[in-house]
Amino acid sequence: MKPAPFTYHRPETRGEVDALLAELGSEAKILAGGQSLIPILNMRLSSPAHLIDLNHLHDETAGPALDDGHVTVGPLVRQSSVERSELVTERVPLLAETMDFVAHPAIRNRGTVVGSIAHADPAAELPAVLAVLRGEVVARSATGRRTIPAGECFRGPLENSLEDTEWLEEVRWPVAAADQGFAFEEFARRSGDYALCGVAARAERAGDTTTVALGYLGMGDVPVCTELPPLGASAFETDEVEDAVARVVEGQLDPVDDIHATVAFRTHLARRLGATAVRRAAAKADTAGQDS
Amino acid sequence: MALNPGESARIELTVNGIAHQIDVEARWLLSDVLRHTIGLTGTHVGCEHGVCGCCTVLIDGEPARSCLTFAVQTDGAAITTVEGLAASDDGLHPLQESFRMHHGLQCGYCTPGFLMTALPIYERAPEMSDEELRKAISGQLCRCTGYAGILSAIRGAAEIERSRKGAES
Repeated sequence: MKPAPFTYHRPETRGEVDALLAELGSEAKILAGGQSLIPILNMRLSSPAHLIDLNHLHDETAGPALDDGHVTVGPLVRQSSVERSELVTERVPLLAETMDFVAHPAIRNRGTVVGSIAHADPAAELPAVLAVLRGEVVARSATGRRTIPAGECFRGPLENSLEDTEWLEEVRWPVAAADQGFAFEEFARRSGDYALCGVAARAERAGDTTTVALGYLGMGDVPVCTELPPLGASAFETDEVEDAVARVVEGQLDPVDDIHATVAFRTHLARRLGATAVRRAAAKADTAGQDS
Repeated sequence: MALNPGESARIELTVNGIAHQIDVEARWLLSDVLRHTIGLTGTHVGCEHGVCGCCTVLIDGEPARSCLTFAVQTDGAAITTVEGLAASDDGLHPLQESFRMHHGLQCGYCTPGFLMTALPIYERAPEMSDEELRKAISGQLCRCTGYAGILSAIRGAAEIERSRKGAES
């Protein structure tokens, strides 16, 4: 349970990180909070030859910031700082609601938001939330920067769409609009453990019609995002919501059996949690619309 | 700075208020450096992948897993371990006293992690709901005592602290 030997690099600027990655490529892994990477190293599931420690970068922001319709987080922003951020509570309420479900407080004190996105664990909350919010990430390398929409970030389990010489310098969370409502639901064996199933919902109200997008975690190789057919006001008086969610669960999710839950149980959770999330998000979109 | 396999770097670590200058290899976990290099074996090592919480210490005042942190990453940081709770001639810390009083431990293996997790929150624990308090310690596993005694112990520590202060004045 000890990591294999590696060469440790401690760059002081983002440019130095670019240069190291340009030289080392796939031989190197980025170390920020380490709360997903170090367990993997301890168990020797991975033994990269080089680790690039971001923790001593100069002039990095410690908390979220507001930028052009987005709340942005840099590479050293800890999850606990996002959890305590008033800016996030006011502007990205879905992220604020979800932080409580991300691991345990002691893990959130070290773990970073950008790291969780880069790690691309299909059972993690933040990738699914970023996807359902249609957020984006900024990747950089020695040759420049590019912005990647959340939908194109995740390629497979623990696999993001970055090149070997790129790293994530920012995650951008869209500020919520007045007519939107959100909800996050998950079921885990123990508070803070990986969820057996989880779902984030984004609802938008236009007249009598509500459009809801769902982002599931733990139900496929990547976060699964889908939009329900528009729901009229009467849908919420009947089982139409449950039926619409059931069709999505049946057609688009691909859960697997493991020691913790069967496919049947996970499917049941996806239907129940999905419907609850749709109803809660839609109710909040209603209230939001009336307020404005 | 680059550190090759097998090479050591000198780091500065303040542990329980005492400054240490120690040589560490990059792959050494903070938990192992505390136990083997500095000799503070109160920090326990359970699962070594962040699940059990036994190795929780304070890094710059906030609870964190010492098994999920390389010592070299904490260069310049202030660490508090369970040994930092009670000065040797000063009896137990109120939190430790409360764990004893409320039967918050049996074998004691998980206790250092619970104590360090509870340290930043015990003063407001009496006002916290059951759900809040359970969530706050959800990252810690106990396999023998059960959690009821631990919750009571965390809730009771502030009262012990108050009564001690009352006795002094």
